[in-house]
Amino acid sequence: MSEARYAVGIDLGTTHCVMAAVDLAASDRDDVAEGIEAIPQLTAPGSVEDRTMLPSFLYLPHPDELKPADRVLPWGEPPPFVVGELARALGGRTPIRLVASAKSWLCHPGVDRRAAILPVEAPEEVARVSPLQATVRYLAHLRAAWDHQHPDAPLTDQEVVLTVPASFDPAARELTAEAAATAGLTHLVLLEEPQAALYHWILASRGEWRKQVRVGDIILVIDLGGGTADFSLIAVTERDGSLDLVRVAVGDHILLGGDNMDLALAHAVRAKLAAQGTNLDSWQVQALTHGCRAAKETLLGDAKVEAVPVVVPSRGSKLIGGTLRTELTRAEVTQNLVEGFFPVVEAAARPTSRARAALTKIGLPYAQDAAMPRHLAAFLARQVNATRDLAGFRDRLPDDTTFLHPTAVLFNGGVFKAQPLLARTLEVLNGWLDAEGAPPARLLEGADLDLAVARGAAYYGYVRRGRGVRIRGGTAKSFYVGVESAMPAVPGMEPPIEALCIAPFGMEEGTQAELPPQEVGLVVGEPVRFRFFSSSVRRTDHVGAVLEQWGAGEVEELEEIEATLPAEDRQPGEVVPVRLRAAVTEVGTLRLEAVPRTGAESWKVEFDVRGEG
Amino acid sequence: MSDLHPSFLARLILALRAFGRILGDAAFAAEVSRLDRGERVGPVAPAAVEPPRPSLRETAPDSALQLLALLQREGRFVDFLEENVSAYSDAEIGGAARVVHEGCQKVLREYLSIEPARTEAEGARLTLAAGFDAAAVRLTGNVVGQPPFTGTLTHRGWRVTEIRLPRLAEGHDVRVLAPAEVEL
Repeated sequence: MSEARYAVGIDLGTTHCVMAAVDLAASDRDDVAEGIEAIPQLTAPGSVEDRTMLPSFLYLPHPDELKPADRVLPWGEPPPFVVGELARALGGRTPIRLVASAKSWLCHPGVDRRAAILPVEAPEEVARVSPLQATVRYLAHLRAAWDHQHPDAPLTDQEVVLTVPASFDPAARELTAEAAATAGLTHLVLLEEPQAALYHWILASRGEWRKQVRVGDIILVIDLGGGTADFSLIAVTERDGSLDLVRVAVGDHILLGGDNMDLALAHAVRAKLAAQGTNLDSWQVQALTHGCRAAKETLLGDAKVEAVPVVVPSRGSKLIGGTLRTELTRAEVTQNLVEGFFPVVEAAARPTSRARAALTKIGLPYAQDAAMPRHLAAFLARQVNATRDLAGFRDRLPDDTTFLHPTAVLFNGGVFKAQPLLARTLEVLNGWLDAEGAPPARLLEGADLDLAVARGAAYYGYVRRGRGVRIRGGTAKSFYVGVESAMPAVPGMEPPIEALCIAPFGMEEGTQAELPPQEVGLVVGEPVRFRFFSSSVRRTDHVGAVLEQWGAGEVEELEEIEATLPAEDRQPGEVVPVRLRAAVTEVGTLRLEAVPRTGAESWKVEFDVRGEG
Repeated sequence: MSDLHPSFLARLILALRAFGRILGDAAFAAEVSRLDRGERVGPVAPAAVEPPRPSLRETAPDSALQLLALLQREGRFVDFLEENVSAYSDAEIGGAARVVHEGCQKVLREYLSIEPARTEAEGARLTLAAGFDAAAVRLTGNVVGQPPFTGTLTHRGWRVTEIRLPRLAEGHDVRVLAPAEVEL
């Protein structure tokens, strides 16, 4: 392959991006030369600083708002937009020009991710950008930052590992890969974030990890970032006499993270102020959110503190007269944060779809139940059989087990810097395990909560070259297309749909599934859409298997997929029978192709089709 | 060699020695020849080092204004100092002081590395050997006699070990500590 000198890990987060690198030439086995890369960025107009994190914010300034010198960067011509710390600061005062959470939009199946839709609340004259473009701009900034600091080793020649949530669907993965290609990252591999966190744990143990786990362990990774909650299960097995790691399951996409928690606290304090007759404007609410975040960290970090003052400074230059003072009490943090987001629930608890006004924001499908343990309970129950077919795990769980029993937990994400939230999560999980007579799960130490994903990703780029243990597992889902059942039509009844398996569970990167025996018809010259499904629990379906019915929660419907057969030497309107073949690319994206009965050609089936529809 | 007026006998001995060496040592002969022409020979004696006269210089205002702008941005420092505090109660001033303290502390921690000039605890007895850095340690009170000096540390002092101020765009007007804000 390339003459890459570095393996670069990029954590493209909902709220922050982080970049790390491993110097391949200077590393040997467990002795890895790695580190976090500084990201120069604007922190005030005309002022550039190096930071370890690039806030994932894009600000689209008015032409008269900032002079070109105010947008200066250490490299190239100043772009007409701002990325990073300054974007976040300007957006606090002018939210109509701020693009935030582009990553959540990128995996939002309800919108066209290539259409210029952000910021959602921007007025007509603001030239909006698509979620894809925003992602390209963050990556382009990271690339420019790298190239500026490594003029001899441009990023396009390096091996880049870009992380995505384990729960990203094929369309979101493909869009992420497309954004990276547009930004000029040519040697790209995608890696699931919880896996990256575990790789970091392996890296940080400097070879000692083999002593901390044993065959039969099931590691639960709980990754709670700024915007999303992501769960994964990784089993410890044995292969050729040495320990091996297999990722056996990933959770659903849950838009619930640290930002929701800070917002919920700020709203509680705002309500308190409103009850005293003080109403805050949106700028003050933002200052309050900031104050609450700091106060929360103090309260959660020191059990002896009962209340922390929170002040909202005035906007005008009269600081003393206009400053509002209130306080955040331990009771408020306990009630809103600990009990609101981490309540003690039974293992049988499931997320409810109770509306929570404080968390909803126009457009994004935020989790309706803020209680993280209920999402976790649902995940572990759904995956109760995840290790059943793994050698060495067959007899581990008794028959009456209602959920999969993890034996170790790795926490990741800034939320868990608050020790009480980590302790509460572990306490709830161990309560469930105890109720089923299982030993408590161990806490895997040594996490670097904010930077672990990027560092783990860079390390993965290193171990991919055969210099350390790799987590196996392939795709965490099986995929199906909807075909109309062949039963006779009944007037007034839609023909029932059947799901035809085209990609089995656990496909590895760079492999191709066989062709299913069933054919579907494509109309020449016209886009034809198919319903598309996935399952995170049906592990044994082979290509060509047809599901006539399925249990609730067993199969999930994704966005429709679309194939267009060009007319070329065929008659438009003619129906051509094709078979659908799945492959997982080297990058780690799913690829579907329509293969006609004759001829060597095949046509790509698109995932992200809403734009053309 | 420091004898500037040698006696006749000494001069005679020197003349005889020089005669022999001029004949046998070409390099020596060349030196004497240059001396004879009135040129200076040998290594030039260094001029006596005069202690530099203390001079004054203007400091560039850029980083001072930049730091002030940072203190204002994060800690509303200028707002606070420009306000007439006599009109407010201590509780009101205290509320605002939290904003100032939190923000300005963040600036100090982020852009400067500051450590005490002396690591001893305040109140401790300490001895200063001869040649101590008078800029980093100020002697007060009964300042008499010769070092070593022994005294009590009343203030540990502060020393900046690292400065990490942001890079500024060429032509950036540092005199604008905080832009006026106009909400449309």
